[in-house]
Amino acid sequence: MLDSKIPSGALKDKWTSHKFNNKLVNPANRRKYKIIVVGTGLAGASAAASLGEMGYHVESFFFQDSPRRAHSIAAQGGINAAKNYPNDGDSVRRLFYDTIKGGDFRSREANVYRLAEVSNNIIDQCVAQGVPFAREYSGYLDNRSFGGAQVSRTFYARGQTGQQLLLGAYQALMKEVGKENVKLHPRTEMLDLVVVDGVARGIVIRDLITGKIESHAADAVVLATGGYGNVFYLSTNAKGSNVTATWRAHKKGAFFANPCYTQIHPTCIPVHGEYQSKLTLMSESLRNDGRVWVPKKEKDPRPAHEIPEDERDYFLERKYPAFGNLVPRDIASRNAKEQCDAGRGVGDTGMAVYLDLKDSIARLGENIIKERYGNLLDMYAKITGEDPYKTPMMIYPAVHYTMGGLWVDYNLMSNLPGLFVVGEANFSDHGSNRLGASALMQGLGDGYFVLPYTIANFLAQIKPNAKEIINRPEFKQAENEVSEKIKKILSIKGKTTVDEFHRKLGHLLWEKCGMARNEAGLKEALKLIPELRDQFWSDVCVLGSGEDFNQALERAGRVADFLEFGELLCLDALERQESCGGHFREEYQTPEGEALRRDDLYSYVAAWQFNGVGQAPSLHKEELKFEEVHLAQRSYK
Amino acid sequence: MSKKINLNLRIWRQKDKNTPGKFEVYQTRGVDTDMSFLEMLDVLNEKLTKEGKEPIAFDHDCREGICGTCGAVVNGQPHGPQRGTTLCQLHMRNFKDGETLVVEPWRAKGFPINKDLSVNRSALDRIITSGGFISVKTGQAPDAHALPVPKENADTAMDAAQCIGCGACVAACPNGSAMLFVGAKVSHLNSLPHGAPEKKTRVLNMVTQMDKEGFGNCSNTYECEAACPKEISVVHIARMNKDYRQANLF
Repeated sequence: MLDSKIPSGALKDKWTSHKFNNKLVNPANRRKYKIIVVGTGLAGASAAASLGEMGYHVESFFFQDSPRRAHSIAAQGGINAAKNYPNDGDSVRRLFYDTIKGGDFRSREANVYRLAEVSNNIIDQCVAQGVPFAREYSGYLDNRSFGGAQVSRTFYARGQTGQQLLLGAYQALMKEVGKENVKLHPRTEMLDLVVVDGVARGIVIRDLITGKIESHAADAVVLATGGYGNVFYLSTNAKGSNVTATWRAHKKGAFFANPCYTQIHPTCIPVHGEYQSKLTLMSESLRNDGRVWVPKKEKDPRPAHEIPEDERDYFLERKYPAFGNLVPRDIASRNAKEQCDAGRGVGDTGMAVYLDLKDSIARLGENIIKERYGNLLDMYAKITGEDPYKTPMMIYPAVHYTMGGLWVDYNLMSNLPGLFVVGEANFSDHGSNRLGASALMQGLGDGYFVLPYTIANFLAQIKPNAKEIINRPEFKQAENEVSEKIKKILSIKGKTTVDEFHRKLGHLLWEKCGMARNEAGLKEALKLIPELRDQFWSDVCVLGSGEDFNQALERAGRVADFLEFGELLCLDALERQESCGGHFREEYQTPEGEALRRDDLYSYVAAWQFNGVGQAPSLHKEELKFEEVHLAQRSYK
Repeated sequence: MSKKINLNLRIWRQKDKNTPGKFEVYQTRGVDTDMSFLEMLDVLNEKLTKEGKEPIAFDHDCREGICGTCGAVVNGQPHGPQRGTTLCQLHMRNFKDGETLVVEPWRAKGFPINKDLSVNRSALDRIITSGGFISVKTGQAPDAHALPVPKENADTAMDAAQCIGCGACVAACPNGSAMLFVGAKVSHLNSLPHGAPEKKTRVLNMVTQMDKEGFGNCSNTYECEAACPKEISVVHIARMNKDYRQANLF
């Protein structure tokens, strides 16, 4: 059994008393400690900026050309907080409860409660940084609603909330760069974690412009490298998002938790061609004003405007009258798939449903809709060539977010001492399904308000010695392994491109381990993935050299890791013989087709230990204890 | 409905910043008009790889027009012919069958070339480091409602804050000026009461850094606004000039 190190005491007092009990590092001593932060999304940038402000020696590594480009930038809809500014009954406890329930009772109570507690500080901090949240004419902040909640607690900056929050964190980071508290390493990719005497002590990186491989040592390593959604090839993630940093840490001993919890977002622009490189999200906030429907008749050939009201099925409103179009993402996605599988899908491929703004435009006017969603609707028009103000939008679910990630305890530290994991890269707060507008909350909560306390407690108990530890042979050995792997990839000179392998893997996972999974399909995938991996290592074609800017080589390394990780994803999905949140096993559903959890058997976190490529990993369990909430089948009816 | 078109591409190839570059000609057949410009380049790169030729390096990431990573000059226009659109959101239905497209990297003194279409824009980060922030530390903030902000100011700040830092404004400017980028950040932060205490030092430091990086001055051609994928207005340059004047005078 894994020890999550949850502090004792009443739920509402745990974080307060834990902060007091934590050891501190004296301000004058902080500069002696070196901390490596990998990734500059909301979690990484906020952590690096905060730790820099406190006086630690921080070095930040990222593969993009600027910290401002991390994929948090693309989050659209908003960020939750329990401010209760609209006076509609919100509280820390309600945000906690909604998040636990939204996660289908597969997350830790103590972590989620802490997240709800710090949510209000995040809004305060961002406003003070100059994040231009939407305001009312009074000058006070505006809120909107998101899925899985019956209160309006989402703060937003038009359809670009992630961008504005990330720019706030980026600017705070750049301020610390100017003071020389933080050093940036742009266009560097972490290719290994260095573990010395069982403790994480540094990383090996490749300079993506020169190809140079080098080691960096530290007193603690923080991974803020995001999720693994791109294992499916087509997802809403940025093209560069990858599993490499967390996977290579896993191969060095860090446990990977709940990889089968993947979130399929209900409102994305449908797939349109073989050459397609990514899928584009249309914010969930559109479900505030858009109604989801399909024609009642199967394979109805008529265009949307010719289908009369009584021949349309507003299936979410019909099945879930209490939450209507604002049911959580997993439920909305599964219902869309169900309609399309039954032949009522629309568009050329039949793999889409309508999201119709017509009624809201009639009620509020085109201007209000434009003010709320203008940039999203422009983007839709550019991609599809259709006008969403005139014809209903077509949407279909797509891979969006991954709740699984490296296992961490209450202090956000992995089972490897000295390795901290924040944001989407860890598994911690969303259980088996994340609610909308909660990713931004978690990323910034971890970086601004949790990690700075918990990492201090770790550092206070060790002596800083990054300058000496770099001479240990473990660093050279890791560098050699990384160089050898690159040489091997370049030496194959096969016939199949990296993207061809990635597409094949993605397609396989989408079919066998996507929105719905079953035993036979998962077993087949577990047979096919190793075969594909073998083909990769004998037939991949990567041209050019390792000593310069080589984007195909970068992708090859990431796809090689996805080919190993995909196997763990399917294995975890096979082992979890229940349905919960983003993990839907066809064998386990209620008579109405809702997810059927098996609390007596699976109320645990599955944390996997790596035992070698192609070897069965070992399963460690962390039991989930619920003291405050009553476990129930989620009902949004 | 999607169509298939053929294109003649003239694309800039350059090994690194120290090696002279040149245009290479590529013929692409059967380009689906529903593709994005970058997907068209993906398909070309796959074809080049199969032929044993090194693919074209180009920067890109989110492919939804918000990260600011992508960008190239297409027929003389940064991000191509469609207004208010990044290269990744530009779709091939904007081009005609048989058309010739000249594709170049951002060309500006402030942006040295990495390889092919990829440039180094770290100068923009250094400008932000010089003053593009509000110096509040984590934990110092009062309640978010302690200081109401008139909606008008919040909206102006948001209009300016939309900048994605892609550098198209610099590439479009005959002087290689970064005034729209700097003006947008100054205008964003200086429009808000939270940004007021550092209003003067912010504009002075950012302008000084901009000059140090080798960006040119503004001569009111408004090419930057025309090229900006977020359609940020040159009004923000005027606002920066006003703040700069005031900061120097008082």
